[in-house]
Amino acid sequence: MSEPAAGPATRAEICAVACADTWRGDGEILASPFGVIPTIGARLARATFEPDLLLTDGEALLGQGTWALGAAPAVVEGWLPYRAIFDLIYNGKRHVMMIPSQIDAFGNVNISAIGEFRHPKAALIGVRGAPGNTVSHPVSYWVPRHSPRTFVAAVDMVSGIGYDRAAKAGSAASRFHDLRRVVSNLGVFDFASADRTMRLVSVHPGVHVAEVQAATGFDLAIAGEVSRTREPSAAELDLIRTVIDPGGRRHAELPG
Amino acid sequence: MRQKLMTAAAVVADLRSGMTIGIGGWGSRRKPMSLVRAICRSDLADLTIVSYGGPDVGMLLAAGKVRKLVYGFVSLDSIPLEPHFRAARQTGAIEAAEYDEGMLQWGLYAAACRLPFLPTRAGLGSDVPRVNPDLRTVRSPYDDEEELLAVPALRLDAALVHASRADAHGNAQFLGPDPYFDDLFCMAAERAYVSCEQVVPTTELTADAPVQTLRIQRWMVAGVVEAPRGAHFTSCEPDYGRDEEFQREYVSAAGDAATWAAFRASYLDQDEDGYRAAVAARRAARAAP
Repeated sequence: MSEPAAGPATRAEICAVACADTWRGDGEILASPFGVIPTIGARLARATFEPDLLLTDGEALLGQGTWALGAAPAVVEGWLPYRAIFDLIYNGKRHVMMIPSQIDAFGNVNISAIGEFRHPKAALIGVRGAPGNTVSHPVSYWVPRHSPRTFVAAVDMVSGIGYDRAAKAGSAASRFHDLRRVVSNLGVFDFASADRTMRLVSVHPGVHVAEVQAATGFDLAIAGEVSRTREPSAAELDLIRTVIDPGGRRHAELPG
Repeated sequence: MRQKLMTAAAVVADLRSGMTIGIGGWGSRRKPMSLVRAICRSDLADLTIVSYGGPDVGMLLAAGKVRKLVYGFVSLDSIPLEPHFRAARQTGAIEAAEYDEGMLQWGLYAAACRLPFLPTRAGLGSDVPRVNPDLRTVRSPYDDEEELLAVPALRLDAALVHASRADAHGNAQFLGPDPYFDDLFCMAAERAYVSCEQVVPTTELTADAPVQTLRIQRWMVAGVVEAPRGAHFTSCEPDYGRDEEFQREYVSAAGDAATWAAFRASYLDQDEDGYRAAVAARRAARAAP
């Protein structure tokens, strides 16, 4: 699949840059993206404004440089098997971006089961590392299809914990709990409101605030004028289109 | 020195219904599938399976071998959701002990170290304790007084893992990128069984690979089974990657009872040699013009 070298940024590209911005300021920690667009974002962040980030090849190797989706890093700088990743998680030097099946206003997420746990309507993958991640280090989320089915009033099985759960569970749970951002195909969100509920930070170009609220199953915190998610720079677009994702896999994850 | 070579059938003969069995590997990667297939053909039942789950869990569920599952996830990696796992969960056919994947490691490590539990933050505030009401917390006896989750030891009656190479005494080697948690599974178990791509003399293990790849030592191991392509259709780097095409066939066959029966008849209702021959014939047929 060939890509136009020029042309306005697509929604997928705007989202990739919004994902990249979630790692801004993180310094020398492991960026762990799940999904195509967060992976593009993490590589873009390191290639541009966050050069000290660590990145894996998706298996057990830490790589230097900027490599394309599906390729291998040219320079291997370390070995990070699952055992070492767990150690790193507990050490806190990681910022993960996961994909929730459900997320609520406080940032509780579900990746385990839809419906009652013992007899779920839909069994999903399992809680995986979400419980440990959310009490150990910064966590952000990526939602490729923003809908009231995903942004829900209450999640069915709390896998990654939100701000209300962290506060209630005591200092051992809340000490290192740090939800950063949610990036969806419609906008960017954080939890910087007074009651730590989800706040609309920006809408992507062409998206209206009312549209975002209508696609969300709870009331978003909205303070004053909502800004527009920034457009990728020419250099960022070039990196995405020619270096990181020349095959256009981002448009399979987020068409249009 | 003890010789531990045995057949998959002999491993199965060592196992009993109702046992707790840990399975190494991760998702659809380096799973001891030949041993799993042998269990599926056996009359074992009511097993408790502990696994970073993939098609090992799916096949055992499909064969009706599982009473309880202890897991952090069940996934085929390139295909996120395991069809037999989903079906078993949605019908409530099994008891599900779903843990954070780090909790699973802690439980195995506690058992390996003969401790009753290990403390962790993972799981605090989540619904993991709600759906596993037997989990308890423990307060730090030091000044911080933090209340942590006490992950109980996951003691295993048996562990099954698949390695790249091993010697006849049970020293086993991983030549792929990740040893996963296989050594913990072995140490958490009363008896651990290692299947491997190739059994070699001890001196060959380090002839062309660093000693650090010898992750499993003979004191952990009760038996060694030579099983070339024994992890199929999961990956066993560097010998082979995941057989993605076969995995897709496995998933689509799981869609209904008739197609699954056909899949089982084609591949599973025969011994490991028959399985290998059927997989080879399938590959040849696909390659034919």
